[in-house]
This record gives sequence, structure tokens and C-alpha cells, in this order.
Amino acid sequence: MNHTQARTLVLATLADVAPEIDVEDLDPGVSLRDGADLDSMDFLDYVSTLSEAIGSDIPEDDYGQVDTVGAAVAYLASRTA
Amino acid sequence: MRRVGVFQMPSLGADMDSGKVLEWLVSPGDTVHRGDVIAVVDTAKAAIEVEVFHDGVVTALLVEPGESVAVGTPLATIDEQPAHRAPAETGDTAEPGPAGEASSDREPVPPLSPPVRHLAHQLDVDLSTLQGTGPDGAITREDIRSAARVPPEQPLPSQSPPSMSTTKSEEPLPVDAGRGPATRAETPADRIRATPRARRVAAEQGLDLSAVDGSGPHGAVTEADVMGAIGEDRTPPPAEGHHVDHKQAMRAAIASLMGRSAREIPHYYVSQTIDFAQPLQWLRRHNAELKPRQRVLPVVLLLHATVRAALQVPDLNGHWVDDGFAGSEAVHLGVAVATRTGGLITPTIRDAQEHDVDSLMEHLRDLVKRARVGTLKAHEMQPGSITTTSLADGGADTLHGVIYPPQVALVGFGAIAERPWADQGMLTVRPTLTVTLAADHRASDGRTGAAFLTALSQALTQPEES
Repeated sequence: MNHTQARTLVLATLADVAPEIDVEDLDPGVSLRDGADLDSMDFLDYVSTLSEAIGSDIPEDDYGQVDTVGAAVAYLASRTA
Repeated sequence: MRRVGVFQMPSLGADMDSGKVLEWLVSPGDTVHRGDVIAVVDTAKAAIEVEVFHDGVVTALLVEPGESVAVGTPLATIDEQPAHRAPAETGDTAEPGPAGEASSDREPVPPLSPPVRHLAHQLDVDLSTLQGTGPDGAITREDIRSAARVPPEQPLPSQSPPSMSTTKSEEPLPVDAGRGPATRAETPADRIRATPRARRVAAEQGLDLSAVDGSGPHGAVTEADVMGAIGEDRTPPPAEGHHVDHKQAMRAAIASLMGRSAREIPHYYVSQTIDFAQPLQWLRRHNAELKPRQRVLPVVLLLHATVRAALQVPDLNGHWVDDGFAGSEAVHLGVAVATRTGGLITPTIRDAQEHDVDSLMEHLRDLVKRARVGTLKAHEMQPGSITTTSLADGGADTLHGVIYPPQVALVGFGAIAERPWADQGMLTVRPTLTVTLAADHRASDGRTGAAFLTALSQALTQPEES
């Protein structure tokens, strides 16, 4: 998965789990949990969807690496490389 | 036929005086079973799917969709199934499924519950083309959702991510002002093929779908067809007034109930700060073996411990009615859920004492999801015996809640965060949270409240217990 595909996946997933967020305007560096107002249930939903999309686990220890759009894109690209 | 029951406007929460029938999911003559969702009722807070409590046949619908009536008003009559008339024929063989399913000359499809039929209708899925995955090949709601996502005649080449959000947004919202009574009683055979979106726009514009030529698959009417027939090239803006009204109505309902609580209930508060390190470690180990979607959130450990505490300190679990406390043996756990529009809804996990941590998580995930899209069921809106509310995701250290009458206790969880902690003479840093119990002083005293917090804190160290 290249960066463009990873970004598409992250934004589509966010739009799906938290429809009230304007994903296109989201700062790629802002924390989804603290800045973008995803609650823990939304975040779990988001991680689950990403994990299912790449077909491998995203362990809890890695949650910090998918907590911003920018970090998640890099993480997914490296995990699927 | 013997009358077996009258289906009444249910009370869906302590703050409800009346409700509006949004939609009937059954017609006279339909066979229903206890637990079937047969109507959608709008309260000030949400559209709720209401289940029937009898087995039988619907003989009359007494209230039109759109009509608001007081709690307790008869909505429909349910009579005994005609199948019971000939006991000789039935003999010992248990008749599988609803024998009263209108016409026997139809092909033997597995019985469909009204909600399944309704969903198929909403999503425009042809039931005769479906392979059921439920018990005995029964078609489930999930089957219909999958079919709606991928029409068999044009399978999507791949599960490309953008399609997830598009498909989702095409699904009609459960609270849908446009989905009117006109479409409810049709059978799959004689209804007009149309996309949900097209139906909604047509209903909003008062357009008869049968007058529109469809250009979609199998001649289905699409939104573009509807717009063409109306002679406009843009989707009309959504009816904003309705949205605002609903928000105001929700505030009014919250205001009424919380106002009553403040007037009637002499609250007292006790709180305790709890070292959450050990529970979090347990949770880490527990979750490490689970797929993300099954993982348990920290707040669920708090719910689990609340249930244990409520069993141990029963004076806080129940209702204050007629100047006295009526305890509840079961713990029906109310969980305050913030909706996306800024409101609050408090569905109930019935018999929460029967669930372990994983099962509580499953229930919570399901309730939160459905509370937010407005597909809660009536039994989930019956008042709980004790309620929890959480700001565990951050924002505030302590939460002094307002009790939901007629309950006598509300447990509030503050944010879980690393804080200084004294342990065996040493100052260290631990994840902690403050649990605050708001309790009704008519029903209990501070000592009882403190005992509850001790029990809760103790139960947190035993998350395996169920």
C-alpha cells in the first residue's frame, strides 16, 4: 500500500466511524483521540477497520502510531510494504 | 379469535409522557411473535424500535403513523393465531414457525420477522434472491445488509476503501422523516424498485414513485430519475427545521427529567480515587489475545465493577417509588451515551450481572452504535436500576452526576490519567481515576455510599468474576 492508498483508507475509515468529523480539513498532525474528539469507542472502531483492511493485527502497543492521520499513513504504508 | 393482547404506547424512559408512531412495520393479518419489532416510535430523544409482547395475529392498527398519543394508549390489537383452532390436526407434531403466515400457497421460505422484512424493504433488497445464513436458512438482517451493499448482478471488483463510506451514506437513516406510511404495507412483489435515496427524495417532494421511469438496474428508480421528474437539478437542502426541533425536544426532555431530579431528590455525593494500574495491566494481557474488534475498553471494567458493587450493596440498586425504596434483584445498568448531535441518551443493559467483561463490552459496543444511529429497542429504554456516566476519555477529573429518577444512584467516572500516587511510603506515578457516587439521601446514607465505593474498588481487582 503506497502513501496515497493509505491516506485514502485512513480518511475513508474516519469518515465512516465519526461522520461528524470533516476529514478533508483534518490537520494530519492532530491527535485523533485528544484533538479530533474520537472517543475510545470510535477509536477502537477505527483501529479495527484499519486492521481488517490491511489483514493484520494492530496491537494495542501500536495505537500511538495510528493516532494522527500522518502517523497512520506512514504506519500502514510500512506495515503493508 | 380470542384477544391475546393490546399493544400500547410504551413508556420509553422516565422522561416520556407521549410518543409519536413514526411507522408501522406490520399490517393487519401479520403474524407476530413476542420480541418482534412491530413499530417505530419517536420520543423527544430518539426513534425507538418497539417490540410486541404477545404471540398472535395483528387484527387492527388503532393509531395512524404521525399521530402522537399518551403513554398507555392502545396502538394495536393482537388476537390468537387461527392455527390454534384445530388441535386435532396439529397432534403432537410441533408446528415449526408461524403457522398463521398468511397464504400457504407461497413457496416455503423460512419465516421472516417483521424487522427483517422491513430492512429488506428499506434497502430495496429482493428477498427471493437471498440465501439465508440464520438458523434453518432464515434470512437475517446481516444477510440483507450484505446484499444491499453488493447487488448480485453487479459485484464490486474489490472492497476499495472509498466504497465503505459511500455505501454507508446511501443507507437510509433510521429516523427518516421521508420514509412515510405510503410504502409500509407493500409486499416485495408489487413495490416499485427504487434506491433508498430516491424514495426519500420522492417522499420529501411528495412525488409518486410509480409515475417515474427508472433508469437503474432492473428499472430501479434512482435519485437522478426522481430529480428529473421533479424538474430540478439539485437535491433540495435537508429540512433543517426538523433537525433543530429534534435537538430542542431532546434538550426539553433532558431538562424536564433533570429538573425533576433536582427538585425531588436530595442528592449526596461520595467519591474515591482509585489506582487503575492493575486493572489496566489485566486488560492489556486480556486484549493482547483478541482481535481489535473484540478488545475491551477500560470503561467496561468500571461497568463490570459497578454491577458487582450494586449486587453487594443492594440499597443503591432499585427505584424510589411511593415514598419508599423498591430494590431490584437484577442489575439493569443504565449507560449514558453522548449522541453525535450533542444530546444524551441512556439505554439499559438488562440483567448486567449475567455478563462477563467480554459480553458487557459487546453489549456496550452495540448499544452505543445503535444509540447514535437511532435504532434502540423499547426494552433497552426501560429505566435501569442504577446508571453510570463516564468522562473516562478525558475532559474532567470528577463527575458529580444527577440521578435519573426513579433510580437512587448514579456512578460517575472521571478521566483516567497518570497522577501522583502514594504507595507504601513512596510517591509514585500511577494511572488513576476518581469514581463519584451520587445517591438519593431518602434511600440511603453516606455510609452505604462509601461501602458501595469500597465494593466497586475491590471488584476492579477481580475482573474475571462474573
